[in-house]
Amino acid sequence: MNTKQFTAVDPQGIHARPASQLVAAATPFASSIELQTEQRTANLKSILEVMGLALKQGLIFTLQLEGEDEEQAFTALTNLISETGLVQ
Amino acid sequence: MIQLKGIAASDGIAIAKAYRLVQPDLTFTKITIQDIDAEQQRLVAALEKTEEELAAIQRLTHEKLGEEEAAIFGAHLLVVKDPELIGPIKQKIADEAVNAEYALSEISAMFVSLFENMDDEYMSERAADIKDVSNRVLAHLLGVHIPNPSKISEQVIIVANDLTPSETAQLDRNFVLGFTTDIGGRTSHSAIMARSLEIPAVVGTGTATTSIQDGDLLIVDGLTGDVLVNPAENVVATYRKKVENFTVQQAEWATLLHGKTISKDGVQVELAANIGSPNDLEGVLRHGGEGIGLYRTEFLYMGRENLPSEDEQFTAYKMVLEGMEGKAVVIRTLDIGGDKNLPYLPLQDEMNPFLGHRAIRLCLDHQDIFRTQLRALLRASNYGNLKIMFPMIATLQEFRDAKGILLEEKENLLAKGVAVSEQIEIGIMVEIPSTAVMADIFAKEVDFFSIGTNDLIQYTMAADRMNEKVSYLYQPYNPAILRLVKIVIDAAHKEKKWAGMCGEMAGDEYAVPLLLGLGLDEFSMSATSILKTRSLIKKLAVADMQALATEALQLATSDEVFDKVKQAVN
Repeated sequence: MNTKQFTAVDPQGIHARPASQLVAAATPFASSIELQTEQRTANLKSILEVMGLALKQGLIFTLQLEGEDEEQAFTALTNLISETGLVQ
Repeated sequence: MIQLKGIAASDGIAIAKAYRLVQPDLTFTKITIQDIDAEQQRLVAALEKTEEELAAIQRLTHEKLGEEEAAIFGAHLLVVKDPELIGPIKQKIADEAVNAEYALSEISAMFVSLFENMDDEYMSERAADIKDVSNRVLAHLLGVHIPNPSKISEQVIIVANDLTPSETAQLDRNFVLGFTTDIGGRTSHSAIMARSLEIPAVVGTGTATTSIQDGDLLIVDGLTGDVLVNPAENVVATYRKKVENFTVQQAEWATLLHGKTISKDGVQVELAANIGSPNDLEGVLRHGGEGIGLYRTEFLYMGRENLPSEDEQFTAYKMVLEGMEGKAVVIRTLDIGGDKNLPYLPLQDEMNPFLGHRAIRLCLDHQDIFRTQLRALLRASNYGNLKIMFPMIATLQEFRDAKGILLEEKENLLAKGVAVSEQIEIGIMVEIPSTAVMADIFAKEVDFFSIGTNDLIQYTMAADRMNEKVSYLYQPYNPAILRLVKIVIDAAHKEKKWAGMCGEMAGDEYAVPLLLGLGLDEFSMSATSILKTRSLIKKLAVADMQALATEALQLATSDEVFDKVKQAVN
């Protein structure tokens, strides 16, 4: 299992555009991929659940992957999340 | 002919056939089904059709309107493929033996309410996207047709109850000449979209979708808010003429957009805009503003619970200065009191608030507030061409005090190594008659004057501009006002300073000829008046206007002046 923690830093939080990019990037992988906050867990392949997390500025969330291609998925997704510039 | 009245939401006139963009009936009944597999297959088929449809709309929108507008359909495609949406719907069909329509509505309603209840406006608006997608799937299940504006292939006027974001995004500028809706106002989504597409729109007619049929001939007048249904031929002809005039005018204004403002006899003046926030910049540039003549900073302080911080102000000022790319930006320091109060700064009730403790008087008293603003301004000064203006100056001592505080703050910042521009001009609003009368003395110490006519008129005529019973005394053309304006302009020029005006009068088509004649250097107005005024000034010769102004100064009444100007320019 791979995990990594992020903090949303953009004043708008993680809004529709980057959320869509993340979901599109996560969908092809076979592994189970989740975003977790203190209150909720979202399937990163589900735009509705990711948006439903309401990742606002200051919120801490964890990326968690488990499955056969998790290493590959972990690299791809952590890179993408960092590239958005919306997190720390 | 039927005539509807709505809110003029986007300029221009459109004449074309109606295309009703009205949602089909999506009602259904909950039924118990026998064959669960078949029902789930029906759902999958509807999802696939929706996916194809959305992909097609995304492609068309991308081709016609661009990537930005198409992005929303990318999000919709993700929703229709969302495993956490499809899984639970299939589950519900299996668990409860219900039809796909019912299962879909229940599950999507759950997500809609999740989003609607978020205390974040952006997120709660996303609920509309989910409804949008869910309705498309539902339409495919029910075998009804959802209108598809991206497929329109002839020129039409769209008639709708209200336009959803996904509908407006699909409107093709080549075919959609205008639109009219039942609900909405000037700031509703559909109105904003119409202005950005630059197509005429009348919103909030109340009955557009019930009184208009597909194919009816429509005239949508986005200048007046009128919508004419099946008008007579002569009416259509009249409107065709109006369209032509409007087009000619628009074309002329477009040529003036990036030009300077030069009179018929070659005298150049500056047309600037009045703004209330950095958000107004886009409009200023779109309407050809040559600068900002008045940035009313009090809006930064209003509608909130506490004072804006120095950094917050700095960010706003910097944004405006950078946005204007080196063009002049006159920022007026806080003008609060009078009719403008702050909930977190309790002021004593006054008998005559307009004659009371307001603007610079208040700032000189609450120096902590004043100094914070001045520091923010000074720090922002390096990002553009800043001019600082003090409001409501009645005596030279007030100006000296305010300037003294400004220079103190400047020294403090420089001592801390903060960069401050050396080019900042410091000027005053002239809105109190004592200052206008003493303008020759002021002119030796200030860098510029900006005449605030709204207050100057009310103080000169001793008539409260909020009191309807004395509103007849609000007389911009009164020779008394013109004489004060002349004193101010002459005084500035004698000391090689400039004089501007930032009241309503500066954009008034009958005042502009007089002001041009009196030698005003800068006219600051609503952004939407700029091109009209530039076009007007191009047609006037300053030499003629000087003669006109000289005559006007000798007339007895406001009406006499008005008639004189009207006669001269028409």
